[in-house]
Amino acid sequence: MTAQTTSALEVLHPGMLSLVQDAGRYGQAHLGLTSSGPADKEAFDWANRLLQNPANSTVIEVTFGGLKLKAKVNTVFCVTGAELQLTVNGEPKALWQSHRVQANDVIELGFATHGVRNYLAVKGGFDIAEQFASCATVIREGIGGLSGDKLKAGDLLPCSDQSMSASLKLASKDIPRYSKELCLRVVLGYQHASFSRLEQRRFFSSEYHVSKQWDRMGYRLTGPAIQSSQQAMLSEGICLGAIQIPSDGQPIVLMQDRQTIGGYPKIGSVFSLDLAKLGQAGQGTSVRFEPITMDCAHNELVLANARMDKVSIDTVPWD
Amino acid sequence: MNKSDYQINVAGENALIIYFNAPDSTELTPETSVRVQSATQILSESYAQHIVELVPSYASLLVVFDPIALDHYQMRKFIRQALSQVSDEASEQGRVIELPVYYGEEVGPDLARIAERSNLSIDEVIDLHCGDTYQVFTIGFAPGFAYLGQVNETIATPRLSTPRAKVPAGAVAIADRQTAIYPAESPGGWNIIGRCPTPMFSPDKSPVMPVAVGDKVKFIAISREEYLAMGGQL
Repeated sequence: MTAQTTSALEVLHPGMLSLVQDAGRYGQAHLGLTSSGPADKEAFDWANRLLQNPANSTVIEVTFGGLKLKAKVNTVFCVTGAELQLTVNGEPKALWQSHRVQANDVIELGFATHGVRNYLAVKGGFDIAEQFASCATVIREGIGGLSGDKLKAGDLLPCSDQSMSASLKLASKDIPRYSKELCLRVVLGYQHASFSRLEQRRFFSSEYHVSKQWDRMGYRLTGPAIQSSQQAMLSEGICLGAIQIPSDGQPIVLMQDRQTIGGYPKIGSVFSLDLAKLGQAGQGTSVRFEPITMDCAHNELVLANARMDKVSIDTVPWD
Repeated sequence: MNKSDYQINVAGENALIIYFNAPDSTELTPETSVRVQSATQILSESYAQHIVELVPSYASLLVVFDPIALDHYQMRKFIRQALSQVSDEASEQGRVIELPVYYGEEVGPDLARIAERSNLSIDEVIDLHCGDTYQVFTIGFAPGFAYLGQVNETIATPRLSTPRAKVPAGAVAIADRQTAIYPAESPGGWNIIGRCPTPMFSPDKSPVMPVAVGDKVKFIAISREEYLAMGGQL
């Protein structure tokens, strides 16, 4: 098959950081490979749901917007996540809704205003070869995506001709809002016992801010320093959302592309539903922490799952 | 293993971490490594359907599960069942992997400094490094980066105060009592003493890595000619 006949979306402009992502790479940590996956799992899930795709379908995660694609296929697509202007051939289209495109149509994402990340999905998912059981791109590892790197102009994102009988739309009341003030629930864990009651009280009563060092590996926060009494420790496995406290006392929340092991004390881990909100945060976002027990976290997860299944998706005519 | 030999802590809502050492201990014993490896093996073989990810390290094992499918009480029960089957002798059968290394100042810019620090000749440093058999404690930091230990105390050397911007793939290096081979070119602060021609991470080959956690590694000194003949790059 030559490039001209590939059924695909062609990248005209990649924006600052557009990555092929799926639900993540699991079972490979013994090789030192990180899990990767969408920074905002909620918006990722919705992008696939509004196209009735399998939950793990491959999408594009766009940070800060700016992605411009040309269809070389007739299909249906959807964009969820940060607020931005979405157009097809210059005509505004709603986020959180599926839209049809035909060959030669141009899809363009403006710049993200509220929130920082968007998910662009196509009906049937992008058809990209897996590496280590996932398409998720980790630039640092050179693994996943089209060539282990972010999208660049001229890349072809293979996908097939697809159709749907009607457009699916998430009701306005159910669309997530991305706030500049977050309260993240934390399951205490790891070395939390090495933080005195006073240090823990300071951690849970203080306001932190997202520093300029935030990316898919981790969010470095600034605010009142907290100290662990842990002297030295052996490197150990790091789970998603773990809050690492290096010797400067400034928390780092570890995200999807974190290193698999690390040797700094950790006070616990951010609850996954809240971590998705942090995945939409940029520099300056205010962050507070609140403890949650493991049992409450599990209840919340199960409830959130049940609620997601009950959200009514509106079927609307194509616009 | 008895329940008193380990501790299960919460890591996150979907992860528990098993500690095989006392909380403040950074001691590395062969028994601990054997236990980590044996627990990893039993969990991955007999409890695979309940587990999303296992991250074995020096003296701990992170167990990631799906909290929608099962709760942490159930996961703890599975872990305790698995650990009751861990025996200290059973898994003493880790492989010994031999890895060739071209030692020399041409590829080991820190050899002379290590020799000077330890009052040894360069040849003595090399002999000490390839004289021991090392345990693969954990793999992380980067794909294929295996942490090996422990090197002879005489040649233990702290990390460089300013890491190098570029360490070549295959560089064999020492940091304190650990040693490792850089699988790919990357920044790095370890002391470089040689170069290994065996790729440590080949994403398109099987196996992807020549070593796994629990294996032992023995370095074999080779000449410059042998290094080049094995496909080593200079």
